[in-house]
Amino acid sequence: MTDKTITFEIDGVEVQAKEGQTIMQAADAVGKYIPRLCAFEGLPAFGSCRLCTVKVNGRFQAACIHPVAEGITVENDTEELLEFRRNIVDMLFVEGNHFCMFCEKSGNCELQAMAYRLGITAPKYPYMFPADRNIDGSHKDVFIDHNRCILCGRCVRASKDLDGKNVFQFVGRGPQKRIAINAQAKLSDTDLDVTDQAVQVCPVGAILTKHVGYATPVGQRKYDHQPIGSDIEANNK
Amino acid sequence: MAKPKIATTSLAGCFGCHMSILDIDERILQLAELVDFDKSPINDIKEFTGEVLVGIVEGGCANEENVRVLQEFRKHCKILISLGDCAISGGLPAMRNTIPLQECLDEAYLNGPSVHNVARRIPNDPEIPLLLDKVYPCHEVVKIDYHLPGCPPPADTIWQALVALLTDKPLDLPYELIKYD
Amino acid sequence: MSENLETVVRAACESFGNDRTRMMDIVRELQESQGCVSDDAMDLIAKQVGTHRVEVESVVSFYAFLSKQKKGSVVIRICNDIIDRMFGYERLRQTFCDALGIGIGETTPDGLITLENTPCIGMCDQAPAVMVNDEIFTDLSRDAAVEIVEQLRAGVAPERLRRRLGDGNNSNPLVSAAVTNNIRKRGDVVFAPLECGRALRKALAMSPNEVIRDVKTARLRGRGGAGFPTGMKWDFTRGAAGDRKFVVCNADEGEPGTFKDRVILTERPELLIEGMAIAGYAIGAREGIIYLRAEYAYLRPFLEDTLQRARNMGMLGKNVMCKDGFDFDIRIQMGAGAYVCGEETALISSCEGLRGDPKNRPPFPAQKGYLGCPTSVNNVETFCCVARIVDQGAGWFSQIGSKGSTGTKLLSISGDILRPGVYEVPFGITMKEVLEMAGGENAKAVQVGGPSGQLIGPDMFHRIICYDDLATGGALMVFGPQRDLLEVVEYFMDFFIEESCGYCTPCRVGNVLLRDRLENIIHGKGEPADLTYLEELCQVVKATSRCGLGQTSPNPILSSLRNFRALYEVRVKEDQPFQPTFDIQKALNTAKEIAGRPSMHFAE
Repeated sequence: MTDKTITFEIDGVEVQAKEGQTIMQAADAVGKYIPRLCAFEGLPAFGSCRLCTVKVNGRFQAACIHPVAEGITVENDTEELLEFRRNIVDMLFVEGNHFCMFCEKSGNCELQAMAYRLGITAPKYPYMFPADRNIDGSHKDVFIDHNRCILCGRCVRASKDLDGKNVFQFVGRGPQKRIAINAQAKLSDTDLDVTDQAVQVCPVGAILTKHVGYATPVGQRKYDHQPIGSDIEANNK
Repeated sequence: MAKPKIATTSLAGCFGCHMSILDIDERILQLAELVDFDKSPINDIKEFTGEVLVGIVEGGCANEENVRVLQEFRKHCKILISLGDCAISGGLPAMRNTIPLQECLDEAYLNGPSVHNVARRIPNDPEIPLLLDKVYPCHEVVKIDYHLPGCPPPADTIWQALVALLTDKPLDLPYELIKYD
Repeated sequence: MSENLETVVRAACESFGNDRTRMMDIVRELQESQGCVSDDAMDLIAKQVGTHRVEVESVVSFYAFLSKQKKGSVVIRICNDIIDRMFGYERLRQTFCDALGIGIGETTPDGLITLENTPCIGMCDQAPAVMVNDEIFTDLSRDAAVEIVEQLRAGVAPERLRRRLGDGNNSNPLVSAAVTNNIRKRGDVVFAPLECGRALRKALAMSPNEVIRDVKTARLRGRGGAGFPTGMKWDFTRGAAGDRKFVVCNADEGEPGTFKDRVILTERPELLIEGMAIAGYAIGAREGIIYLRAEYAYLRPFLEDTLQRARNMGMLGKNVMCKDGFDFDIRIQMGAGAYVCGEETALISSCEGLRGDPKNRPPFPAQKGYLGCPTSVNNVETFCCVARIVDQGAGWFSQIGSKGSTGTKLLSISGDILRPGVYEVPFGITMKEVLEMAGGENAKAVQVGGPSGQLIGPDMFHRIICYDDLATGGALMVFGPQRDLLEVVEYFMDFFIEESCGYCTPCRVGNVLLRDRLENIIHGKGEPADLTYLEELCQVVKATSRCGLGQTSPNPILSSLRNFRALYEVRVKEDQPFQPTFDIQKALNTAKEIAGRPSMHFAE
């Protein structure tokens, strides 16, 4: 990244950015929140969730990937894009088996929080109830529930780039795509440790640490009172 | 002039959402000023006496009886609301959706760890409604007009929704009152 | 772990330099020799090339022709594309199932034969077609199918199965294929007579920039379907930083209904090679790769031989045609059954030994492509055009066709027509003229450009074949009056679901939702609001998908809603008893069986 300043526009507001930043990075820096699920600071951008879809000079792009450029016009907070984001969140909900009422991640879950922020009371698509999502509880400290996985790839990236391991990777194609582990059978056969970043970065309740469930009371969880993205919006000068 | 009517039912639900309705506490007195209750477990009226303004359905459709009652509610209620996660997504009962029906019955009545069933017969009285292959969310069976999520939805959510509908205002729940747990 | 497997894995890996970027070749070899890439094999491969077993599994699980589970030593793949369905797929499937005593997806108890479906294998003009391992059998009658099974059971290897050889190079001993070229119309560019080497000689007498200038002056656009200006792509690649650059030929030809590249590879491979060498010279690349789809593996020995002849003639290798300092050679990279690998960045991923996932852009391949090096990916036909442009002049080329679409286009036409096959026509021809040529004047609809294109009816047959109107990479599928167009659309959605890489939410989930709702409508359970549901869902999938597959997968529904709306409107009705996704009888079936009594509330 150089020190060259780029000036562009988001939702009619002029923004200063540094050359080499993505639109999402530049927006974050000025407190403009662009919804995202697969993006995670410190991990390479992935572009799978598509929640951060914005319009750049009239064309749809992923803000987490697309670099800033001098003079571009970016639309983020439009009704069209908000509706797309609701639709994508709906798709993620109906694709898996998400039982918020007993999930340990509830209240701290980024998917759930995104749905709250977007005002979703029920998905507009029929539930798929997939029957091929299993649970791996073999590891002594970490369990994986594939019913909740949104295929964001954070665990894959974190295990490679932050932990120096290679515990997770995608297998299969299309609707059969899922996370697999670097072992023939069980998570306990891998070198995953509970202290790995790969365990911490999961946005939903798919990878969870054992023995700590429901530790935070309802009302004191991360998104009980503050919508997701409030921390970024607090940057707003 | 006659007061508008409310009807409620619990399909494949635990009645927790009905308990949440009652958690409006003393506001039930205000409610009684505004509406009459028609068919509902709360007053034990078993059949619709006529057209109703607001119908509130807790629980999803697990068997054909649930479907029949839900159809009745759609027919008699001008506005139909799905109350709670079971009505909206199938909820806890929908955990059986990934397991074949026979396996569910075998586990529940024959092989489950706490089952005591000497005759080893799965109940099949002709009066027992047939189970559906899956537990269905209500809006996947009939048209639903509003959804109030939660397990159960907070009483405040239910109260705000009722007040809005009964005073003909838009139903605009604040962030705090949309909860899925 | 068997001694034999270790030996096999070591040999396979070593033959590709223990290079993990050659994973596709390594696992293909294991699949061929063992019938699968087993768990144990994956562990061994990972150790040998220095990667992790889950990375190997990631690749194996992505491609349709690779599997962890053991398949028979012979795999019979029946093409179940829409054209094959129109011309006898179902009867053929029944015949194979009966003769083998197994269903689709199963293997005979003796472990000899596995039976599978496969999407378009590029034989639509001679449907129904099947693959028996790498061998292709077209226009297959039920008797011929039974004969194949009998021979296989008698121990005849697929390469030795009896067949009537096709025309042209199909009967070359290195090809020996029961495939017909069906070249119905030769044009001035691709199928004109060829003097090997002349174009390359002319190119090498110019400077690389002059070559690019010629390609630009000719206004050549990519022939694979996307239509990107070739000269501009080469300019970017030439100008990109880096010493090592690549020319890649996209011979994946996966768009259903497209088979024109197959014919080019069979009859004009020298022209392709010349075009690639010219490209290498122009952009400053020493290395070329032909990415050949697995379904065209039967052409590989012939293509390797053609490459060797080119080397012998000095058209490839060091100092090409005695041009000092210009080295260029080409290797063939086999695919393994994935339509998405026709997308240029997914193709590059596959070449790099990875899953065929498209890559994030920017950066574009011209800057960072294969192995992070500047790469130009072009279609087979595009390279052929380049060679002709250099040979006969940009002016000559740009006089053919129309202003925005210069030159000729190879069309692969199939379906309800008298003369299916390949036609080389100048751009600017109308659909009506095309249908007259092919004998399809009574067409009810034409799918232009494969499933990712558009479905048009007679009211649009006056429109012209060109990039800005009826754009196509070559595929034209013609449907006669007897065809159910909504079933055609549903098949296309099934295809996209099967081929989606699954990386991004809208394509992975949205296409399934679209197909399911369409199915409801086809079965009479839809209501008018469903048409709005489809349109809105199509918009979000199109707008937010990460690559061309998801950006075009809604097109069958969108274009049929636009051009054949009445077909939908007649099938939906208001006041359905239930919501579209709820089928009360289906929902009660299992319980009725278990309980042995009918429903109390919902009589059938």
